[in-house]
Amino acid sequence: MKTYDAIVVGAGHNGLANAAFLAKAGLNVVCVEKNDYIGGATVSRNLYEDWTYSNCSYVCSLLRPEIYRSLELHRHGLQVTPYGGGVTFLQDGGYYGNYHDSEVAYREKARFSRHDADAYERYSSDTMRQCRFIRDFLLRTPPDPTSFKPKDIIELVHLGAKFMEMGEDRMYETIRFWTMSVAEYLDEYFESDVIKTALSGSGIIGTALGIHSPGTAYVLLHHYMGEVDGNAGAWGFARGGMGAVAKALAGAYQSYGGELRTESGVAQIVVKNGRVKGVALENGEEIDAPVVVSAMDVKRTFLKCMDKNDLPEAFHNRVKNFKIRGSSGKLNIALDGLPEFPAIPKGSTLYHSDMHTVDSMERMERAYDDWKAGTWSKDPYVDMLIPTLVDPTMAPPGKHFMSVFVQYCPYEIEGRRWTPEERDAFGKTVIDQIGNHSPNFKDLIRHVEVRTPQDIEDDIGITEGNIFHGELTMDQLLFNRPVPGYAQYRGPVGGLYMCASSAHPGGGVMAAPGANAAREILSDLKRRNTVPENFGDD
Amino acid sequence: MSNAEVEQRMLRSPFYPRQAELDMLSAWHGWKGYQAADAFYCEDMEYFAIRNSTGVFDLTPMTKYRITGTDALEYMDRLVTRDMRKVQPGRVAYAVWCDDQGQVIDDGTIFHLRDNEYRLCSQERHLDWLTAAAIGFDVAVTEETADVAGLAVQGPTSFSVLSNMGIKGIGELKPFGLMHADFRGSELMISRTGFTGDLGYELWIEPGKAIDLWDALFEAGKLHGIRAIGTHALNLARIEAGYLQAGNEFLPADLTVRPGRTRSPLELGLEWLVDFKKPNFNGRRALAEEKRRGSRWRLVKLDIEGNKAAHNSYIFAKAKRNRAAIGFVTSAAWSPVCKQNIAIGTVRAPHGAVGDSVWVEVYYQREMHWSRVMARATVVDKPFWFPPRRGATPPGPY
Repeated sequence: MKTYDAIVVGAGHNGLANAAFLAKAGLNVVCVEKNDYIGGATVSRNLYEDWTYSNCSYVCSLLRPEIYRSLELHRHGLQVTPYGGGVTFLQDGGYYGNYHDSEVAYREKARFSRHDADAYERYSSDTMRQCRFIRDFLLRTPPDPTSFKPKDIIELVHLGAKFMEMGEDRMYETIRFWTMSVAEYLDEYFESDVIKTALSGSGIIGTALGIHSPGTAYVLLHHYMGEVDGNAGAWGFARGGMGAVAKALAGAYQSYGGELRTESGVAQIVVKNGRVKGVALENGEEIDAPVVVSAMDVKRTFLKCMDKNDLPEAFHNRVKNFKIRGSSGKLNIALDGLPEFPAIPKGSTLYHSDMHTVDSMERMERAYDDWKAGTWSKDPYVDMLIPTLVDPTMAPPGKHFMSVFVQYCPYEIEGRRWTPEERDAFGKTVIDQIGNHSPNFKDLIRHVEVRTPQDIEDDIGITEGNIFHGELTMDQLLFNRPVPGYAQYRGPVGGLYMCASSAHPGGGVMAAPGANAAREILSDLKRRNTVPENFGDD
Repeated sequence: MSNAEVEQRMLRSPFYPRQAELDMLSAWHGWKGYQAADAFYCEDMEYFAIRNSTGVFDLTPMTKYRITGTDALEYMDRLVTRDMRKVQPGRVAYAVWCDDQGQVIDDGTIFHLRDNEYRLCSQERHLDWLTAAAIGFDVAVTEETADVAGLAVQGPTSFSVLSNMGIKGIGELKPFGLMHADFRGSELMISRTGFTGDLGYELWIEPGKAIDLWDALFEAGKLHGIRAIGTHALNLARIEAGYLQAGNEFLPADLTVRPGRTRSPLELGLEWLVDFKKPNFNGRRALAEEKRRGSRWRLVKLDIEGNKAAHNSYIFAKAKRNRAAIGFVTSAAWSPVCKQNIAIGTVRAPHGAVGDSVWVEVYYQREMHWSRVMARATVVDKPFWFPPRRGATPPGPY
């Protein structure tokens, strides 16, 4: 039987990034994936005629440029093209545009509130200040505050120094920021309900919390943390859909000699004498390796793929209590042409932007109320985009693919599995809502893929289909992520590592957890480090 | 000769009316007397049109000469350093020409239109030089800059756009090939050339048909992401492709005042363009001598660590304790498509061999304060950006 230096479980973008850095260091690596396609939630699939969907994740910004560069992802076909702005359609038939150009954006805000137009710059600087603080930690392993190891002390001092450097007032601000709600945070700057609503979406995307829930201000930051080519906060499309990210990572990995096996789901991570021995596949095959890296979320890894008796009791409990809650769904739609949105001028750049249909803070909160009651929002928050206006590769010329992210959408309906009828009704709710703003939208629909959190869990394997592999609240961040004492990518069993979004710095197509875990693994194995450092911004 | 005062404002290309409609920034500069756009609406988006769909750039201000006559081939062969006999009618060649000291006067593209007929496109103006070189040859050299309107149509969907325009045979056109097509009763010349390092074409037509051509092109490209682009976007693509820019990577030798500021083709990494087997061409003796004794300078393509673009940086041999710089950067950029910090520079030989590490002193500003970093840079051989679609014939739809 062939043996390996390391097995990476799951070919999502973090698994592939991790595997690539390990293979680049000369390890003999196999990456096993349960599906017949790679990418996990970083995937493009062809489900209808000549349309390619970004079935799950749909935009790219957090992907670390350091990783992109060091794995030479462009040589493996990856191209990220930025897009700009956003638009909110108003109930009264009007619209609010968030334009790419800052002066145009200023004039547009002033249409709603001159006060807010001016406040935006201050808001932007304050938010960027928080981003700058946290961004430095993306490609670093979080320190363990209870440890006295020199490495942890050095990292803690670094964290402390970065924090102190902000000055007294801003240190207070930071602590408030990390714990407050996005609604409160926005209230400190803005008066226009429409402007606040447009900004608040980033605070709840992928999170089973409402805009008034503490901790959501940080989630907003998580969405701003990315950059496209030095433009902080910019977002882009991966050419060919998000699967292009996974394909490029897989291409890099294979160029370093890594082996990729699809349709090889792991039934169990095998432990012997307190160390990992390898994995047992669902097809009965066993693969041995002294290192097993799980790119599955923390719940799936420890509660589904491991024997409880192999884990410390307290750890097992912590994992059980880790919050990975299904909160969002997705519609992928093949369109026969470009839908018209009469609210915005024909040919406006806003067609190329993130489109939203919820225009008040009250509607945002009410959408969350439905989720709490165990059902999908009847007036949901949607984040929709037409990537094919930018990307010529995903649909025939003149035809379009629309990606619709929908929140809130629960994992279970009133505590039980979704029925097919309920899934259809959920899809209809979303389509009706878009149809309210676009008269020809429904007529253009050729095919729809509706995905509830349950579908995402069933297909991809992410517990409750939570896009971040666990909520991004202070109790689950930095040295608390995923479990206090286990934030440095090492599991509670020798040779076992965690490399996906349940680990620091969390979710989004960032590849940082995968890279950080690789650095720790290579350090344990006393191998050459292949993982790049932060570029740094100062 | 008319006594009317010559035009005092910048000249406008025949495409100007359409460009003015698209212009949102009022950011123009002069290019050989013509009004050319820095950008029309957004430099970044225009750059990404080149890399993701199709960018259209107005080439009209490019200096153009028509060379005709029974000795045209001999003349061209004598003028430039490369072997023009290998450039068949219907082919395009990149070339440089030198003074007698073997120093580059300019680079340009030579279109072998038909037997005994060439077009030479260059950055600078050279009619005096080209005329002097024509003595003894049966050729006529005519300046035709204003007589030919040109558009570069560059990017992955450019083939789809031109196919959509109904241009027959475009699928078979190979890189550095040219073809003629009929466009509403006028001759449209199409070459598979460009300055972007990507799939792309250049279109050439009489100025009277310029607007029609623009309209037909944009109509055909409507569903393929076609966008007008300005010089800034093009320049970034140019650096990624590793192409030289006259006035940047070298100065025209005949216009250079200070000694030692010119460059030979060998010093620009263009030895592949110099054919010593040819018995005679301008600068041959000096270049042969340089090859024997070694060059003074070497052009380097640099892959620089970090993400701070190395604009105007000095290049050093070591990280510390350098006595003097070994050279400097001539073009630098953060490459959005490669996610790489790239530069083109010139260093003193024997520094800068492919694979060598050098150090680049980068100054950058963050919120008023300046910082300095010595960044390690690796000398690379290949263009930074060289996608397979660039060479594919027939090209794919995108």
